[in-house]
Amino acid sequence: MRRRSALPGLGLALGVTWLWLGLIVLVPLAALVLRPWELGLAGVWASVTEPRVVAALGLSFGAALGAALVDLPLGLLIAWVVVRYRFPGRRVLDAAIDLPFALPTAVAGLALTALYAPNGWLGAPLAAMGVTVAFTPLGVAVALAFVGLPFVVRMVEPVLRDLGPEAEEAAAVLGATRWQAWRRVVLPALGPALVSGVALAFARAVGEYGSVIFIAGNRPMESEIAPLLIVARLEQYDYAGAAALGLAMLLLSFAFLLVFGVMQRRLRRGVM
Amino acid sequence: MIEVRGLHLRYGGVAALDGVDLALRAGEFVALLGASGSGKTTLLRSLAGLEFPDAGQVLIEGRDMAAVPARERGVGFVFQNYALFRHMTVFENIAFGLRIRPRGQRPGRTEIARRVEELLALVRLPGMGERHPDQLSGGQRQRVALARALAIEPRVLLLDEPFGALDAKVRKELRHWLRGLHDRLGLTSLFVTHDQDEALELADRVAVMRDGRVVQFDTPEALLAAPADAGVAGFLGDAVPVDCVVREGRAWFEGLPPVEVAGVKGGKAVAFLRPVDLLAEAGAGEARVAAARQDGRGVRLTVEVAGMLLEATPTPGWAPRRGEACRVTVLAARVFPA
Amino acid sequence: MRRPTEEAPWLRWVLCLAAVGVALLFLVLPLVAVFAEAFRRGWGPVAKSLSDPDALAAVRLTLLVAAIAVPVNLVGGVAAAWAIAKFDFPGKRLLTVLIELPFSVSPVISGLVYVLVFGAQGWLGPWLEERGVQVVFALPGIVLATIFVTFPFVARTLIPLMQDQGRTEEEAAATLGAGGWAMFRRVTLPNIRWALLSGVLLCNARAMGEFGAVSVVSGHVRGETNTMPLHVEILYNEYQFVAAFAVAGLLALLALVTLGAKAVLERAG
Repeated sequence: MRRRSALPGLGLALGVTWLWLGLIVLVPLAALVLRPWELGLAGVWASVTEPRVVAALGLSFGAALGAALVDLPLGLLIAWVVVRYRFPGRRVLDAAIDLPFALPTAVAGLALTALYAPNGWLGAPLAAMGVTVAFTPLGVAVALAFVGLPFVVRMVEPVLRDLGPEAEEAAAVLGATRWQAWRRVVLPALGPALVSGVALAFARAVGEYGSVIFIAGNRPMESEIAPLLIVARLEQYDYAGAAALGLAMLLLSFAFLLVFGVMQRRLRRGVM
Repeated sequence: MIEVRGLHLRYGGVAALDGVDLALRAGEFVALLGASGSGKTTLLRSLAGLEFPDAGQVLIEGRDMAAVPARERGVGFVFQNYALFRHMTVFENIAFGLRIRPRGQRPGRTEIARRVEELLALVRLPGMGERHPDQLSGGQRQRVALARALAIEPRVLLLDEPFGALDAKVRKELRHWLRGLHDRLGLTSLFVTHDQDEALELADRVAVMRDGRVVQFDTPEALLAAPADAGVAGFLGDAVPVDCVVREGRAWFEGLPPVEVAGVKGGKAVAFLRPVDLLAEAGAGEARVAAARQDGRGVRLTVEVAGMLLEATPTPGWAPRRGEACRVTVLAARVFPA
Repeated sequence: MRRPTEEAPWLRWVLCLAAVGVALLFLVLPLVAVFAEAFRRGWGPVAKSLSDPDALAAVRLTLLVAAIAVPVNLVGGVAAAWAIAKFDFPGKRLLTVLIELPFSVSPVISGLVYVLVFGAQGWLGPWLEERGVQVVFALPGIVLATIFVTFPFVARTLIPLMQDQGRTEEEAAATLGAGGWAMFRRVTLPNIRWALLSGVLLCNARAMGEFGAVSVVSGHVRGETNTMPLHVEILYNEYQFVAAFAVAGLLALLALVTLGAKAVLERAG
């Protein structure tokens, strides 16, 4: 039931909002949901189970998951230091966290490629150790970890700040060592935020394009990500095939996010 | 002046207002008293045009307000947490209602400045115009909110828990000042409160609300002397319910002497006894002093009678001691059938 | 004696150094690399590649696209935030979820959906083509894709703030005689101005930097449908590395300015 309000403008605001949402988001997304079926059910299935597609989906989701899991400890470390410690350069560190948000993806892709190329600042020493990053699946994961890191930090930070030292003080008074307090009091409290940070990093990484294609090498079956395959199908005017792959990606990532959501709810219940 | 007829308002299945009737005379200072959730704020907001009743009528100065939006009602409203515009100075807050008037009715710049200064003096905040709300104390904010509401020269002033967020001392000061202001400006005011002392002390008449209804609307004296039902009796004047039996025009208690009651039908009943209804005097009796302590107003005496703890008034000149035996007389009681 | 909630000094040092190290190597170094690569041969080539006509055309197109996309999302975002934060209505939660939807969609898919609607074999493509209107591989497509990817920025920065501020100030304005517009302009807008500006900045940064979505709908016509990020890609693929990094450096500068402005705004708000 819509309640009348003393404030004006709900009708206008809702009209503008739905028009904006409908034209920009809903109608085009409807095309994504409807167009694949031009191929028929079997056609869609065949189109998303081609070996090359399966390999690309595996890489996109696998590397995104790996990257998000790498972001977990790194993000936790940075959030902890930024919230808990005072040291010179803390402000700069805090601002630097958002760099992957702000840096255009193509720029990030170029920069990472330059850094991790066999003759790059980081690529050369790594190559000396026998690790090749650029133009391999590892390069894909590095780029995805880069774009995902701020999500973990920014989800954990406010919770950590909110938590304050009281809970740890209580633990200390009850006889816990520093490590026990951290392990049994702090970490469980951060659990839900960590999971949602990882989920956001993962969601962003799965669809990532600009920062990956330069460093990936894009070799079919090996270092080709799913979004690139969509682009390739579009270039061959295979609209239905592109839409099928796009829809498959979207459904798969929603399925993953659902799992993250369940995990988060479990953890939250454990905390409360 | 203000009249409300059969007002109904439901929030998703729950009746916030369930048939409210109320009429205020011009110049009256009226309190809406009730527990939280009794509908008093909803009623106040309906008068201001901030809530929209499902049924019933609101009349202000004889005019039906159904089609009149809040901004055209010309009613002064003081919000519970003041709702001062946080990005504006005190001056700008008070001037707001004048500055947004359509060009033809808008006073000139110097006129606005003069009026705001006048209002600042009225609420005893001269020279505070350039401060921001967050630089003021709670009491000062309250007075700015009042000045802002008065700037549009309303005939009707509505106040939602005007003293709710203030500490006890400031609250007492502001009460009397507000009452004086109301009288001086010739306003008709309605204020919401859950504090019975505040309502009984300040208001000409008090409307007691419960479950979305006005259960009694009367002067403080009448409310205390003749509460409409057991609920009102229990709500007012620190009354304690005590079981009794009514027979032959008297209420009989266990452990207390009977008291005359008129117009109550015989049988089991509940009597509401206030500290002033019970007179305790030294001497052998069924009661015992359970506690006695001095506060600023006198001796607060608690006696134990038949396993009950009751507050009573000691006879003048007696200094009760804990454990001492005493006698209790019931001076008056409001009795309702159980 | 240290407090029971403090780590040993050595541990604090190790953690701080580790965090700063990760940030430097992982976050800051790529930024440094962009400028280092661009200025590898000094100012000359950088200036030359930035004044190249194709580069200038890309800059102009990028500015034009942002100049259309940002206001559209500003109006839509403010309208959505006003409705969601100040009112109760059926479908409010659904609306909130739908507004966030573009953030969980791959940029490539954001471009793809417009090709599916407006492309040569799209729902409306042939019909529009008969009438001489080209959307995909032209400015309208680039603008639409950009609006899509920057869709939630303004709304999502405003909604929590406006919900937090509640509606009593607006109600107070109403009882004082303010109409809708006066209420919005004099009470609501001043209360949200810093958040609004911050949302617009983020929206703009993403609009100017978007690559994937725009790449799908652009058609990569040099000097015509190439935005700056697309221009970077073309230069890179043509092995014009200094030029590519020069344009990338310009985009990185935009990111830095955005971050700086955002930090300032956060302290102001």
